[in-house]
Amino acid sequence: MGMTIAEKIIARAAGKEEVRAGDIHTVTLDYLMSNDGTTHLTIDMYNNLKHPRIADKDKLVWIVDHNVPCDSPKTAASQKKMRDFARENGIAFYEGAGVCHQIMCEKYVAPGQLIFGADSHTCAYGALGAFGTGVGCTDYLYGMVTGGSWVLVPETLRFHLTGRLRRGVTARDLILTIIGQIGANGANYHAMEFVGEGMKTLSMSDRICICNLCVEAGAKTALMEVDEVTMEYLAAHGGREPAACFKSDPDAHFEKTYDIDLSSIEPVVAKPHFVDNIAPVSDVTGVKINEAFLGSCNNGRIEDLRLGASILKGRKVADKVRFLVVPASREVYLEALEEGLLDIFMEAGAMVMNPNCSVCWGSCQGVIGAGETLISTGTRNFKGRAGDKDSFVYLGSAATVTASAIAGEIVSADELGVL
Amino acid sequence: MEEFTGKVWLLGDDIDTDIIIPTEYLALKSVKEMAPYGFCPLRPELASKIEPGDIIVAGKNFGCGSSREQAPEVIKALGVRAVIARSYARIFFRNAINNGLLLIENDTLCDDVKEGDTITVRVGESIEYDGRSYPISALPDNLLDILEAGGLVKAMQKLNGVGAADRE
Repeated sequence: MGMTIAEKIIARAAGKEEVRAGDIHTVTLDYLMSNDGTTHLTIDMYNNLKHPRIADKDKLVWIVDHNVPCDSPKTAASQKKMRDFARENGIAFYEGAGVCHQIMCEKYVAPGQLIFGADSHTCAYGALGAFGTGVGCTDYLYGMVTGGSWVLVPETLRFHLTGRLRRGVTARDLILTIIGQIGANGANYHAMEFVGEGMKTLSMSDRICICNLCVEAGAKTALMEVDEVTMEYLAAHGGREPAACFKSDPDAHFEKTYDIDLSSIEPVVAKPHFVDNIAPVSDVTGVKINEAFLGSCNNGRIEDLRLGASILKGRKVADKVRFLVVPASREVYLEALEEGLLDIFMEAGAMVMNPNCSVCWGSCQGVIGAGETLISTGTRNFKGRAGDKDSFVYLGSAATVTASAIAGEIVSADELGVL
Repeated sequence: MEEFTGKVWLLGDDIDTDIIIPTEYLALKSVKEMAPYGFCPLRPELASKIEPGDIIVAGKNFGCGSSREQAPEVIKALGVRAVIARSYARIFFRNAINNGLLLIENDTLCDDVKEGDTITVRVGESIEYDGRSYPISALPDNLLDILEAGGLVKAMQKLNGVGAADRE
C-alpha cells in the first residue's frame, strides 16, 4: 500500500522506508520555531536541566511577534530573556520583523521538512509541502536539547478541489467553510491534504491562509503538493531547495475524501465565539462593528493588503470605527509601501501598524472593550480572545473586513457594491 | 492500579485555551499567579472554588486553540487531579501529559454526571459514579511513564539520571 504525503515526510524524518498512520516514531526535526508567547518558559526549563545543551542551534528560529512593541515591563522582561539567550547561544532571532509563520515561510520552510513550532498555527507550512505542527514549550525544549521528538503518524483527510473561486470570494472563505463543515475537532489528530485541479488557481498566499487555519479544525498538520507556484515562491524567497517533493501515492489510505467545487463557495463569517460557527455573510449583514482588523499570519500578506486597498481606494473608514491594518512582515510592509497601498489605507482613515500579531491574540494593539464588536481576519474568535470577555469577534476575509470597515457594519464587498 | 475520588466540576464542549487562561494574564510571572484567573471568561468564580483533588468533566475538544502550555499548567496549579472529557485537542493533550496532568477520555460521563457530585477513578480501568461503571482505556506505556515521573522534563532526567542532553 502506498503512503500519504504526511507518512512520507515522517518516514524521511524517522529514517525509515515506510511508516503507517497510527505508528509512533522517533524523528529528527528540520527546524524548531518559537515565539515570545512561551520562549521564556522554555528558557526557564532549559536553565533548570542538569546538563543543558542545544543539539543544533542552526535548527532554532526565535521570533518576537506576539507583543511588539512591548506593552509592559513584564513582557519587556520576558523578551529580554529571549533576546539575551538567543545572542549568547547564536540562535537566529527576529523582532519587529513580522509574524512568526510569515517569516518562516519567507525565509526557512522548504518542501519535505518536518518542523515543530511552539505555536498552534505552525501547520501553515504545508503550503510549501512541509509538515509543520504546533507543540508546547516542553515538547519544544525536548526538541531543542535532543534535536528530535516522537510523533504519532496521522491519518489523512483529503480535500479534492475543482473549479475556481468566484470574484469577491477568497481562500479565507473556503477554509472557514470547510471548518464549518467538519467542525472544530473534525480533523483532530489528522493531516488535512489539499489536491486537485482547483489548487492551480490558488496563490501561495491563498495556500498559506488555508493551511494556517487547519488547526481550527483540530488538524495536526496541513499539506499540499509542490508545483510551479511553490517553486516560484521559493525562487523569489532566497532560492531555497526542497528537501523532498512528495505526493501521496494513488493507493495511499485516506480516512475520508471531500470533493469541493471552489465556485460553490460563498463569502462567510465565523460568528462568536467559535471558529466553526460559520454563516454566510448575508446572515449577519447589519451587525454594527467598533473595530476591523486586516492582518495576522492568516491574512496579512501583500495579496490581502492589495485586496483591501482596492476596495478602500477613494472611500473612507466609517465614523467611529477603528480599522487596523497590520502587514504580516517587514517584506510585506515594504511592498505595500512601494505599491502605494499604505497611502490608500492612511488616507481612508485606517491605522497602519508595525508587523506583529496585533489584536489577533488580544495583546498589545487594538484590544476591544466590553460590549464591543470586532470583525477580523485574525485566526480565532474565542470568548475574550481580542480583549474583554464580554466582547464579540467575527472572522471573515480581507474583502469582508474592509467592506465592513467602510460600512460600519458587517457586509460583504459584493453586497456593498465595492468589488 | 491507582484509584482516587474527587468532586466534579462540569464544563461544556470546546473549552478553549483562551478560556482556560486568557492572553492578558500570560504576562504574569508564574503559573501560580495565573491560576486565580483560570476559566474566568466562562466561569469567573470557578478558580476560587476548585479544591485540590477535584476533577473537571467536559465535552468534546477540550483544550482547543493555542499551544500555550500555561493552560494545562494552570489546571494543575489549581489542584485538579484529572480532566475527563469526550475528546481533547491534540496540542493540549501533549502539553498536559508533558506537564503530568492526567487526561481521561470518556464519551458518556459528561452527559450523566452533575456538578458537585463525587466520582471515583480507577486509572486505566473505569470511572465509578452513582452505582454505574464507565470503562476507560489505559494510556500507552510511554505516556504513563511521563505522567508518573511528573512530566516530560522529569521523565527525561529520570531515564538517564542526569538530563536530556545525555540521551543521544
